[in-house]
Amino acid sequence: MSKIGIIGDRDAVLGFMALGFSVHEISSAEEGAKLLHTLVRSNEYGVIFITENYAVALEDEIGKYKDLPLPAIVSIPGKEGSTGYGMNHVKEAVERAVGADILFKD
Amino acid sequence: MPEIRVNPTRMEMKKTQARYQTARKGHKLLKDKRDELMKQFLDVVREDKALRERVEASIEKVHRSFTIASAVTSPKMLEEALICPKKECSLEVDYKNMMSVIVPTFHLDVLADSGSDGYNYGLAFTSGELDTALRELGELLEDLVRMAELEKTAQLLAEEIERTRRRVNALEYILMPQYLATIKSIKMKLDENERGNTTRLMKVKDMMLAAQRQQKQDEDEEE
Repeated sequence: MSKIGIIGDRDAVLGFMALGFSVHEISSAEEGAKLLHTLVRSNEYGVIFITENYAVALEDEIGKYKDLPLPAIVSIPGKEGSTGYGMNHVKEAVERAVGADILFKD
Repeated sequence: MPEIRVNPTRMEMKKTQARYQTARKGHKLLKDKRDELMKQFLDVVREDKALRERVEASIEKVHRSFTIASAVTSPKMLEEALICPKKECSLEVDYKNMMSVIVPTFHLDVLADSGSDGYNYGLAFTSGELDTALRELGELLEDLVRMAELEKTAQLLAEEIERTRRRVNALEYILMPQYLATIKSIKMKLDENERGNTTRLMKVKDMMLAAQRQQKQDEDEEE
């Protein structure tokens, strides 16, 4: 049984409390980095959602766990709406695998 | 392509030929693996892309409703309303073997009080917008989990594809040409030796014939 975590600004993550996610509010990227490590190391989480504004700042930290089967660290749009960061990530995966961007070229 | 430096013997040639055959078989297998991985990866990524577009749009909608809700409700009330959820969701994590890449699959388990409407607060002090936001969020839950699963799968597959592609390329452009060049050079050296041998034999034969002729001449003169 794994938990679903969410990391982000207070305003952005409050709503997820009602869904039964384990909600972690942070106010700075350093705090987020520390928290992310603790959550990953606890091995209790299957999925960790992180709002885009922090996902950008913590890119390197997230990258460390990229090739582990668990947890899945997924960025979701924060309060400011989608910045296209999450989609960019999908694009990057395609480029890594195929060598060229074949899904997103318009 | 520089050849591997080995003794130019028949033995080495046979060995290298066997290695070349193995490399060729491996190359074919890996290429098939790469193609199949790619096929599955593209399916996953296509679904992920569509799902992410939907989820991002929905999340923006939720945030809008939520902002309105927090505008008309005091922050303290809002937190109070949300702090102890009636629902608890956890994930059942399974692992799936996808072309020998171990990927996780998530099954959502929502533990909710039976008969509960899912709203864990009294309706008197909160606004209707909060209800809307939470309902929308609730509908999003399945999609969020599915998206997480797909993105993780895509990441892991991408890594495996990258590795397989490198292997295929190393075999195709480095190892196999190297073996071929080695085989060719051994063959040429062996052939050269063979020719050297033949000319030496011819030369020896000539010398022997010349000696015989000389001997015969000497004998004739004595007579």
